[in-house]
Amino acid sequence: MAAPMQETAIRTGKVARTFIYLVLLLFAAFYMLPLYVMFVNSVKPLAEITGGGMMSLPSVFTLEPWVKAWSSAQIGVEPSGLSPYFWNSIKMVVPAVFVSTILGALNGYVLTQWRFRYDTIFFGLLLFACFIPFQIVLIPMAKMLGVMGLAGTTWGLSFVHIVYGIGFTTLYFRNFYAVFPSELVSAAQIDGAGFFQIFRRILLPSSGPIAVVSIIWQFTNIWNDFLFGASFAGADSQPMTVALNNLVQASHGVKEYNVHFAGAILAAMPTLLVYIVGGRYFVRGLMAGSVKG
Amino acid sequence: MVFLDVDKVTKSYGPLDVLHDINIAIEEGEFLVLVGPSGCGKSTLLNMIAGLEEISGGEIKIKGKVMNGVHPSNRNIAMVFQSYALYPNMTVGENITFGLEMHGVEKSERKKAMLDVATLLQIGKLLDRKPGQLSGGQRQRVAMGRALVRNPDVFLFDEPLSNLDAKLRVDMRIEIKKLHQKLGTTIVYVTHDQIEAMTLSTRIAVMNGGHLQQLGKPKEIYDKPNNVFVATFMGSPSMNVIPAVVRNLAGVPHVEIRRHDDSTSLLKFNDMKFLERENQKILLGIRPEAITDPDGADRKSDNICYLENRIEVIEPAGADTFVSMQLGGKDVTARMRSDTEIITGADFNFAVNMQKAVAFDPESQVRISS
Repeated sequence: MAAPMQETAIRTGKVARTFIYLVLLLFAAFYMLPLYVMFVNSVKPLAEITGGGMMSLPSVFTLEPWVKAWSSAQIGVEPSGLSPYFWNSIKMVVPAVFVSTILGALNGYVLTQWRFRYDTIFFGLLLFACFIPFQIVLIPMAKMLGVMGLAGTTWGLSFVHIVYGIGFTTLYFRNFYAVFPSELVSAAQIDGAGFFQIFRRILLPSSGPIAVVSIIWQFTNIWNDFLFGASFAGADSQPMTVALNNLVQASHGVKEYNVHFAGAILAAMPTLLVYIVGGRYFVRGLMAGSVKG
Repeated sequence: MVFLDVDKVTKSYGPLDVLHDINIAIEEGEFLVLVGPSGCGKSTLLNMIAGLEEISGGEIKIKGKVMNGVHPSNRNIAMVFQSYALYPNMTVGENITFGLEMHGVEKSERKKAMLDVATLLQIGKLLDRKPGQLSGGQRQRVAMGRALVRNPDVFLFDEPLSNLDAKLRVDMRIEIKKLHQKLGTTIVYVTHDQIEAMTLSTRIAVMNGGHLQQLGKPKEIYDKPNNVFVATFMGSPSMNVIPAVVRNLAGVPHVEIRRHDDSTSLLKFNDMKFLERENQKILLGIRPEAITDPDGADRKSDNICYLENRIEVIEPAGADTFVSMQLGGKDVTARMRSDTEIITGADFNFAVNMQKAVAFDPESQVRISS
């Protein structure tokens, strides 16, 4: 009985298997290469880099570029390092992710469980927001922020990202809640739960996977955004991405590549962390939202 | 006193009418079953009683109070859903007490009510589990517990047994009936299963195409169906409806039926009124259990007629044997005792209990009442 079963399985001999692993390792190395270059050069003295050893491991290990990038590098006119901008980004990202996810969940809840006239058109318009190029809204948005008195502030940036994010978060939650049994909502109504009680007590506790998707998506997009940050931020509300650009593009003095590499890793760190922590749930949540819906 | 009153109720979605002038009144403690094929509007009517769907026209009253526009939670009703609709993120205990919590009942009182219900339904050991860890029958019990704990005026059941396997369905059916006998609450129960309807109800409302076809006690529905739809929908196998002609034989009404070979048979009809319909066509309705082998005929009947016809198919079902034959150009089923000696293709002398026969008008399909 065992023999025919092996016939049907994919047969891989030792040679084939070794070959497969070799190719896989090669690709993995290829993709890891930039990170390797960034990391090794961020812990070398500058002289070693300019001496032509880009790919080699550091002969003198130093953390000084990291310290400098964080706390004393020249960003624009201030020798402040990236740290104040890092906190600017955090202050912008956290409320923007939180608010856009909550609003997306509420939208999804209403669009699936409290259907109203023309709700599909409403949803279509919200989806349309996902496809509007950033550049188109720059000038109207600048005007709006001015009118609201949020121009040049971190709150203003958060607002822009919330508005842009709602389309995506609504899409995620709507698709997730579309397969949520409406009998549960009916049962809760008979039990006497109100609109927000049903949302908070019945739907939200079951929304873990899709919330993770929404949070990861929003976090990486907002954290990595450069255009809105460069356009709408004031001197003291610039996010990390803009500050990194200012650090790297500085036109005076010596180009301190090791500091640049350290700064770039610092700027990428939070999104990397979010992926490592939430990656498993991300795939699971995407499946739950798309396949079932 | 009328306890639940559905008075000239209609429902429409835009130009589409799904319920037409429904009138149902039941008294306290009754078990009303709404039965009909899918799409007949029975679930819509239940949702309107629950308050989950708006009432387009007419009134629904509970205890004499008009319920139109009253929020579901203020109608003092409880509902058991087809999918049970247990909150997946809460334990069984929390599921049961959620409604009480929403109504602001004290925690100690909630716990007491929960324990009472858990004892009644024997789910005490499940209180800390999540619904996902329960079997179908256990979920069913919890769903009933959640309804019971509120001590409602009216229980609403929306096809509660249709997700269970055949054996469990019969067990739960008996349990629901026991529960009704014990608590004596008023129940409205939706099902498409006519056996559930017959076994559980004290009153049945048969619906079709948004119209109420007949409202009555189970026996009335079974023995005196209003029309051909009710006659064929209720009962399994369904009632035989045979085209026939009324004849006058020496002053006694008879029905003439065509047999498999186009020869005719005359069966005596008890009701003298049918003499008025001499030579007119009717549809004769006879339940399968009223066509039997001669020894199995009902001894209490005052009108047993005999009819020779060819046996086409024999279906032994264990307790009974069903026989198919041709009468009036239709397939007709007879119900024989299981040990009757019969042969496929042979002629057999059937006993027909004409006391149980009913007649329908072939045009309107309505029963010709005597």
